[in-house]
Amino acid sequence: MNNAAEKKLALSHLWVAFAAFIVACFMGEYQVLERSGLFPSLESPTVYFASVSTHGVLMAFVLTTFFIMGFGYYIASTSLKQPVWNKPLAWGGFWLALFGVVLAAVPLLSGKASVLYTFYPPIVAHAAFYIGATLLVVGSWVWCAIMLVMFSQWKKANPGQNVPLAMFATAANALLWLWASAGVALEVLFQLIPFSLGWIDTIDPGLAKTLFAWTLHPIVYFWLIPTYTAFYVFVPKQAGGFLFSDEMARLAFVVLVVFALPIGFHHLYMDPEQAKGWKLLHGVGTFVVALPTLVTGFTVIASLEIAGRLRGGKGLFGWIGTLPWTNPMVLAVILALLMLIFGGFGGIVNASYAMNAMIHNTAWVPGHFHLIFAGTTVIMYLAVAYYLWPILVGKPLFSNSMALVQLWTWFIGMSVLTTPWHVLGLLGQPRRISTVVYNNLLTLSWKPYELMMILGGLILLGSACLFIYNLAKTQLTPLVGEFTAEIEYAEPIHAVGVLPEYLNDLKLWNKVIAILMAISFGYPILQFFFMKTFGSSVWGY
Amino acid sequence: MQTEPIQAKCKQFCRDFFTQLNAVHIDHLERKWIAISIIIITSLVGIIVIDAFFHGVNPPSKVETIDSASLHLSKEFAEENLGVQTDEKGNVVVRMVAGRYSFFPKHIDVPAETPITFRWVSMDVLHGVHIPMTNMSTMIVPGYVAEITTTFPKPGEYPLLCNEYCGMGHNHMWSNISVIEKEHWTSKQNTPVPAAKGGSVNE
Repeated sequence: MNNAAEKKLALSHLWVAFAAFIVACFMGEYQVLERSGLFPSLESPTVYFASVSTHGVLMAFVLTTFFIMGFGYYIASTSLKQPVWNKPLAWGGFWLALFGVVLAAVPLLSGKASVLYTFYPPIVAHAAFYIGATLLVVGSWVWCAIMLVMFSQWKKANPGQNVPLAMFATAANALLWLWASAGVALEVLFQLIPFSLGWIDTIDPGLAKTLFAWTLHPIVYFWLIPTYTAFYVFVPKQAGGFLFSDEMARLAFVVLVVFALPIGFHHLYMDPEQAKGWKLLHGVGTFVVALPTLVTGFTVIASLEIAGRLRGGKGLFGWIGTLPWTNPMVLAVILALLMLIFGGFGGIVNASYAMNAMIHNTAWVPGHFHLIFAGTTVIMYLAVAYYLWPILVGKPLFSNSMALVQLWTWFIGMSVLTTPWHVLGLLGQPRRISTVVYNNLLTLSWKPYELMMILGGLILLGSACLFIYNLAKTQLTPLVGEFTAEIEYAEPIHAVGVLPEYLNDLKLWNKVIAILMAISFGYPILQFFFMKTFGSSVWGY
Repeated sequence: MQTEPIQAKCKQFCRDFFTQLNAVHIDHLERKWIAISIIIITSLVGIIVIDAFFHGVNPPSKVETIDSASLHLSKEFAEENLGVQTDEKGNVVVRMVAGRYSFFPKHIDVPAETPITFRWVSMDVLHGVHIPMTNMSTMIVPGYVAEITTTFPKPGEYPLLCNEYCGMGHNHMWSNISVIEKEHWTSKQNTPVPAAKGGSVNE
């Protein structure tokens, strides 16, 4: 299939994603250095908070959104074996999102938007920051629309056939993101942009936090679904085996998408503007969404076991040794699962309704999400890049061994960074502080952990540089001889029979989501219009 | 309104849904693992729900609004009413104002092993407050009163730290709290200690 146009589209998105990634990695290392207090000349809250805000926006919004869009376009065109629908529109979305990023970067880098990536009002940034972020999201909606159109066009053209798993997951993610982004879109359009432009005098920070919580949980699954997609559709083949269960993968994606949405209040456990019954309801939903992750762990490990045994592995654990550890995708999935086990444990602590008080907004929280996002999720983004780059640029990977070193160092660096970070949280260190100036003996116990974090950050930064170098070299080295590589999707070990329509379509789940969202967010949002509330006026920082 | 057709339709839908789900091939090992996963999740949820309903273990969730712009005019949070007080029923109530960059009053004394109700308000932006190693943790959202009741089992000097980004001086936002043995505590110890900022933590 000649899909040069799709390759160019995917590659452009992925380069924006990884450019944001490498810039943000440098910022991350600067932040651990600044925070440690070892270098008094570095200390500056103005620079620190501008950096933290930019690091968060680049990693959480730019790396993810562009990666997901580029990955999605290529998955759609190769798994459905058809060109991307309406390519001019796709490019329009790309340029719009990129323009939004540039527009937001100006106030971010000049210290006019040091409101962090959660932008909690009534602290207000320059309007260009909110407008830029909105354009990024609108660009991603273009992607969602194209994914859903391609999904339904294919279904119409192939009645009675099962949508390929990779496309089912990608379309499910598009649906998830449309629902998820609605909360923050309401906040930005009706509260933050008018507020920052002075069109309205006051806003209710309680309502703003509630709308942000709507987005804040499912956005994590928006980032995670491409990682799970790679687990299911690439890993088994790369390991030399088969997918253990195609059907369970679909069920897992459905439960992820449906239950990731109505549970955002676990971010508001400690907040005064929502009542305990609603928090408990969202808390129970938070545990439900652990189920698809437990199922995914089983299916992926079972698929690896099939591969290990096909390669001659014997005994209870012998199959682990026979896995192709030198395949970047296989190595990455093993490391990702290790980080998922520890990160998942931490997540259970966070999700636990009242126990959350012990770690809420402490250093534990960034420790947790670095382990599970920058660890589990991003290591698979890196592995997918190593897999796709030769296909997209038509040249072999510059160095496989460099890729392996890079993945190992990413894992080691993330362990060295996040373990002390969790401990700091348990020792009471708040998150988001630029220096430690508390006059208290407790802070003495923090010192060694902060030093360890510098080392972790340094390992990660080196690892990130190797990654970019390897990709750039792959693309820029002239091709000697012939090279062709095509994307290969894993086959299930049991052929999939006729699936029920609800495992082959998203219409029913869209309705279920609408009902669950109305139940879990309906009254909690309406209450702000029923009770007497007092808005806040604009504050700088 | 006729409900029977709707009921019949729902029943039919559920029947079809589960018949189809049963027809989906799921390996017997995976079925077992799903059962184990459900048991794990149910027991975790069970502990949380039982604690919430029968032991009253809940996060701070009293939805009460207040005008953060005019706290000084409100009776409850006027300057002279801040700090530790014992109400007519003998409950210890602490009223605190969070503002960039401190908690007011700067220093308070509270008794150990006594339920204490904290009432926190913000006079400007979003703050959070946590006393490390305790569950005295809440967000302080402007426009709302954050109320939380807790008991400190161990006497000692504790820092009280702002844990939500509130501006460039966020890390300077802290104060101290002394938890005093129950028998040595008297309710009048609510006047701010003059040298609180440099307050030593040496026992």
